[in-house]
Amino acid sequence: MLKIQPTVISAVHVSAWYGSHRAVQDISLDVARGHVMALIGPSGCGKSTFLRCINRMHEEIDHTRVEGKVLYRGEDIYGTDVDPVAVRSCIGMVFQKPNPFPTMSVGENVITGLKLRGGYSRSEMEGRMEEALRRAALWDEVKNKLRAPGTSLSGGQQQRLCIARALAVQPEVLLMDEPTSALDPISTGRIEELMTELKKSVTIIIVTHNMQQAARISDQTAFFLMGRLIEKGATEQIFNAPTKEETENYISGRFG
Amino acid sequence: MFDSRSKDHAPEPPPAFAGPVKLPSIQRRRHFKSLLANVILITLAGMAILPLIFVFTYITSAGLPALNLDLFYRLPAPPGETGGGMANAIVGSLVMVVLSSLMAMPTGLLCGLYVAEFPHQRLARILRFIIDLMTGIPSIVIGLFAYATLVVPLGGFSAWAGSAALAVIMLPIVSRTTEEILRLIPAQLREAGLALGLPRWKVLVRMIMRAGRSAIATGVFLAIARAAGETAPLLFTSFNNQYWNTGLREPVASLPVQIYTYAISPYEEWHRLAWAGSLILVSVVFAINLICRLVLKRQTK
Repeated sequence: MLKIQPTVISAVHVSAWYGSHRAVQDISLDVARGHVMALIGPSGCGKSTFLRCINRMHEEIDHTRVEGKVLYRGEDIYGTDVDPVAVRSCIGMVFQKPNPFPTMSVGENVITGLKLRGGYSRSEMEGRMEEALRRAALWDEVKNKLRAPGTSLSGGQQQRLCIARALAVQPEVLLMDEPTSALDPISTGRIEELMTELKKSVTIIIVTHNMQQAARISDQTAFFLMGRLIEKGATEQIFNAPTKEETENYISGRFG
Repeated sequence: MFDSRSKDHAPEPPPAFAGPVKLPSIQRRRHFKSLLANVILITLAGMAILPLIFVFTYITSAGLPALNLDLFYRLPAPPGETGGGMANAIVGSLVMVVLSSLMAMPTGLLCGLYVAEFPHQRLARILRFIIDLMTGIPSIVIGLFAYATLVVPLGGFSAWAGSAALAVIMLPIVSRTTEEILRLIPAQLREAGLALGLPRWKVLVRMIMRAGRSAIATGVFLAIARAAGETAPLLFTSFNNQYWNTGLREPVASLPVQIYTYAISPYEEWHRLAWAGSLILVSVVFAINLICRLVLKRQTK
């Protein structure tokens, strides 16, 4: 069985509820290793909720429910004997608003995942910290202020710090929920560059409202509307020759 | 851009001053109402602060003359003799406050954490209701309760019983503060921790509690200040002792009870000591409050 790009994440008929409201309806989607998958669609279309189903963060909100399967390397993460904690350490997440831990320094923020997990020596953690910060393209800017509070950095730096924090635990998949929507264009550009670099080692699924961003950085794009997956395919095809009318309307800016 | 425009549209010269401008009547009425509201609020605020100022100045003026070093290291003198101190009461209060904190802090913190983190669980709702009720129990009733459940079965007044009664007073304060502080901590922090693949309890204890620790500490210290000043629960539990406390299973002197004993006595000398003791107690409580607020202010900057 020789595949060049095996599937890492495979959602099978996933539905998600908030109380009785079904925000995500029967979505099936495959993500190949080393790809960037962009989820686009108007606000409230369920793309963030779907993203949160992929590492079992959706269930952290009260009165929510998920149905269907999400296969990670062929194993259902909603299986009865699967620990959500283990899922999340393989499938990391970066949030919309930069959220460094306010009581921790830059360095502590990066290694806190390892430190609280335990079993890592000091030198090991320091090595991982530098590696993660380098991968997040932040090392040169913060190497002299690792002891400064994480919140003292600029917004763009804070978001890269959050990326470094997620990378330090070495996840195989990184979920990004509108990671640049709170940032200025220059910081956004840096994070986009970073993503193109990162996809050599990590599979990325990103929710974005910025269609140019999706077009620039993603290999695959999925278009969501009212909780349904309308169309998915190679990014070029979705943007240049969408097959569905709704997709074309959305991409050409006729709504949303 | 604005400069170039201002050349074309030069600002009009201000009108020559022509006496006070007469406001339309509706605006004058609003001004008056606003003024009235301010006066009422300031008066009410002043009325709220006045008792504190009165109490503090009165205690200071009555207690300061009797205040001397003997108070801090000598035992109470028998009636009729001058001098004497309340060293045993100061130590007794200290011991009981420490003991009660050791009992109330872990339980209160855990209760608050549980109620804040699992607000929808039935047990959490019941617990929250009970804690609210506990805040309202008169302290003398807590004293009686400790008498019936600890003093009688253990066969006598003891520091343990007094500490337990104080702990019952502290517990709801610690729990409520913890709960309220934890609710203020943004949910994103919790999600960020969970998304790193950390178990829930580690996120709670090592991240969320850590983020709120200074505010929670303030609540704990306020509870300590409250317990340090309680008399009623100690009357039937630790009772009093004119000598050095010999052990935690013996009756123990404490500042509030000592003040009470001195104050109801017929001796002029003891009355003076009661005032001095009050001054010490109020100063300690005041200092704890003040330090808490200063620390919190610095931390939140």
